[in-house]
Amino acid sequence: MDGATAFDLILSGDRTLFAIVRLSLTVTVLATLLAAVVAMPLGAAVALTRFPFRNVVIVVLNGLMGLPPVVVGLMVFLMLSRSGPLGEMGILFTPTAMTIAQAILVAPIIAALTRQLIEDLWTEYRDELTAMEVGPIGRVQTLLWDARFSLVTILLAGFGRAAAEVGTVMIVGGNIDGFTRVMTTTIALETSKGNLPLAIGLGIVLIALILAVNALAWSVREWAERHAG
Amino acid sequence: MLDSVASVRDFAFAARETSALPIRFEAVTFAAGPTRILHGVDVTLVPGSPTVLMGPNGCGKTTLLKLAMGLLTQIGGAITFAGGPAPAGSRAIVFQKPIMLRRTAAANVAYALRAAGKPADEANVRRLLDLAQIAPLAARPARRLSGGEQQRLALARALACEPQVLLLDEPTSSLDPASTKLVEDIIAQVSASGIKVVMATHDIGQARRLAGDVVFLAKGRLIEHAAADRFFNDPVSEEARSFLAGNLVI
Ligand SMILES: Nc1ncnc2c1ncn2[C@@H]1O[C@H](COP(=O)(O)OP(=O)(O)OP(=O)(O)O)[C@@H](O)[C@H]1O
Ligand SMILES: [Mg+2]
Repeated sequence: MDGATAFDLILSGDRTLFAIVRLSLTVTVLATLLAAVVAMPLGAAVALTRFPFRNVVIVVLNGLMGLPPVVVGLMVFLMLSRSGPLGEMGILFTPTAMTIAQAILVAPIIAALTRQLIEDLWTEYRDELTAMEVGPIGRVQTLLWDARFSLVTILLAGFGRAAAEVGTVMIVGGNIDGFTRVMTTTIALETSKGNLPLAIGLGIVLIALILAVNALAWSVREWAERHAG
Repeated sequence: MLDSVASVRDFAFAARETSALPIRFEAVTFAAGPTRILHGVDVTLVPGSPTVLMGPNGCGKTTLLKLAMGLLTQIGGAITFAGGPAPAGSRAIVFQKPIMLRRTAAANVAYALRAAGKPADEANVRRLLDLAQIAPLAARPARRLSGGEQQRLALARALACEPQVLLLDEPTSSLDPASTKLVEDIIAQVSASGIKVVMATHDIGQARRLAGDVVFLAKGRLIEHAAADRFFNDPVSEEARSFLAGNLVI
């Protein structure tokens, strides 16, 4: 019965549900883009330069991919809380704080995957590009362009991780009704309260979104294979 | 075949400077880690017919070509072009296993043209694709082309910079007889137009057809450097004799 009510909620375009889904999407998309702006150039830079302790940086970067969301949440919470170093900003328990926290969570994933991708491509292209006397800027442009479809896949992986995550947004967002409540935190809360229709409805939407994102990733790859090899 | 002759003529190889020749290897030694790969190679390559590098697998042909291209750095000795470093854009190479960029065949050629600072317009791209007789494949993703098609595309790409020296590493190793003939014709014409061709090959027939002189290596040492006629009819070294007789030289 709960399942049927859940579908009613979705099909009737329930306002609460709609607002929650929209906030989730906004926070996750912004967080992923914010992370990408920093992490992709960083990953590419690590891939293409040699410096002391580079291996250490790579190991740390790879390790950070598995950052526990609640720990990231706690760190950001401490930074943003009234007594914290950035407390003045007064953004704790706002969507902004959630976006920042998710960006921190996702950035290492994007950086580490970009590093691996660009480094592998460089290994493959090095001799040809060097023979064609392509300069450093041209190299970076070529690598990013030729890796573009894989970079999109990396973005979607980051998005998937952020979208499915509860711990960070719960801690720094506070799960405030109508303000910082997103899909995952609502599912957790409503389930514990026994309000299963909304929880199930959101679960369905969340899974559908993640499936849609994966379908998108797959079709991007497919298209790329056919048109650019 | 006639088409390709015409298109090569059209292609403006005219007024070649030879500021990159002769190429002089002086006591060139190369090692990868602890492994010595080339031992004090002394050889001078002069303008004229193609120089063919021959020798058994692992003798150092690819290594020598990569050194000449500046992709590897010798640990001893010197490589000079007309007495100095190679002028920018004077060399091009087709690798044993060419890597195609993740773009169409035409875009690969356009990329090489741009990298060389040449206009990458359709006519220029078309001319190079015609030259390698792969124009019908222009819109195909380059990495989806067959090995032989990729080798021809790589040749078109290498010619984009209008090099003075063209280094070819077994350019027909995965070509069928017709394509081999086609590529040999292109090589002959490129060479006739004044580009110095230096190529590695295992194909003795091909070497006989194309070579002006032969550089014969074994185990990382220069064994013989002689005019092609002399080398094939009267090899001096025991190694070259058994190599030509089809014996394993290791
Ligand atoms: N980076 C490297 N590290 C270790 N050994 C290497 C490296 N590069 C080449 N070699 C070795 O150096 C030798 C010469 O290699 P090279 O590729 O120049 O041979 P080749 O004459 O081109 O052979 P083939 O006819 O098989 O193409 C080989 O024994 C090879 O194993
Ligand atoms: Mg080789």
